[in-house]
Amino acid sequence: MSNVAVFDQNAGIGVLAESPLAHVSGVKGGHTPGVVIHEKAFLGYLTLRGNSADSSFCSGVEQALGMPLPTEPLSLHQNQQKGSSIQWLSPDEWLIVVQGGTEYETEMALRTELSSHFAVVNISGGQTLLTLSGSAAQDVLHKSTVYDVHPRNFPVGKAVATNFAKATAIIRRPSEGTWELIVRRSFADYCYRWLIDASQEFGVDYE
Amino acid sequence: MFHIYCPYCGEHREENEFRPKGQAHIMRPKDPESCSDEEWADYLFFRDNPKGIHHEMWVHATGCRKFFNMTRDTVSYEILEVYKMGEQPKITAASRVVGGEK
Repeated sequence: MSNVAVFDQNAGIGVLAESPLAHVSGVKGGHTPGVVIHEKAFLGYLTLRGNSADSSFCSGVEQALGMPLPTEPLSLHQNQQKGSSIQWLSPDEWLIVVQGGTEYETEMALRTELSSHFAVVNISGGQTLLTLSGSAAQDVLHKSTVYDVHPRNFPVGKAVATNFAKATAIIRRPSEGTWELIVRRSFADYCYRWLIDASQEFGVDYE
Repeated sequence: MFHIYCPYCGEHREENEFRPKGQAHIMRPKDPESCSDEEWADYLFFRDNPKGIHHEMWVHATGCRKFFNMTRDTVSYEILEVYKMGEQPKITAASRVVGGEK
């Protein structure tokens, strides 16, 4: 256990929390919308830093999270049971996304398991996650980012940080028909409006 | 618009994901207290402006946010190689003359 002052930053259900997209209303795109956009609000986010060449660091992370540390560039690992994921951000930095309310226990589990030189920072609330699904989800991404999202370059289990619209975002592909966008809180409204506008021609549902 | 290879992400990305950070391999004087004003000013302010081979530092600003080095030809803008921090360039002005490429 590292000697670091930590506290549960989640204020709990007694305090009203607002997602960065709390002000936008739903959009209905007819009977068969080509794109379905959904905000997964209030997830827990942690950044993890450490040395992946250190085997005790890798095994400690796997022990704490129940999924292996992604050491391959741009890879994404998921723990379906806990509904959590960890993605490669850079050679010594990872992003952990957990169900809202479990970020503190995840942080404590990591601090218990890890002993070498590492850092865990709770960055929950700084961003939000949008899921894109539907038959035209990939077309909307083609319109919005210069990154090649064709399946031959973007298989399931890949996650990249890149430019999205004129902002930055993390684009992830957790499963065959679903895309995830992690956008900065301050850019959430802009990205939402961009997505709705770009999806208009295919028909869009936002809930 | 061109593509730049990020040695950390391991793939080519669009130019606008990157930011140039100036000349690479600038050594800070080991003992700043005892170096002359001229040496210190040279370290702090003066940069090379070669015609031809130039070693530069770039950052993958919207990707992995890591710094890396690049050897570029300032005449043709061609990117000759990309290498990680701490590594030395394979292509230098001297090696090009010896190799007789240009």
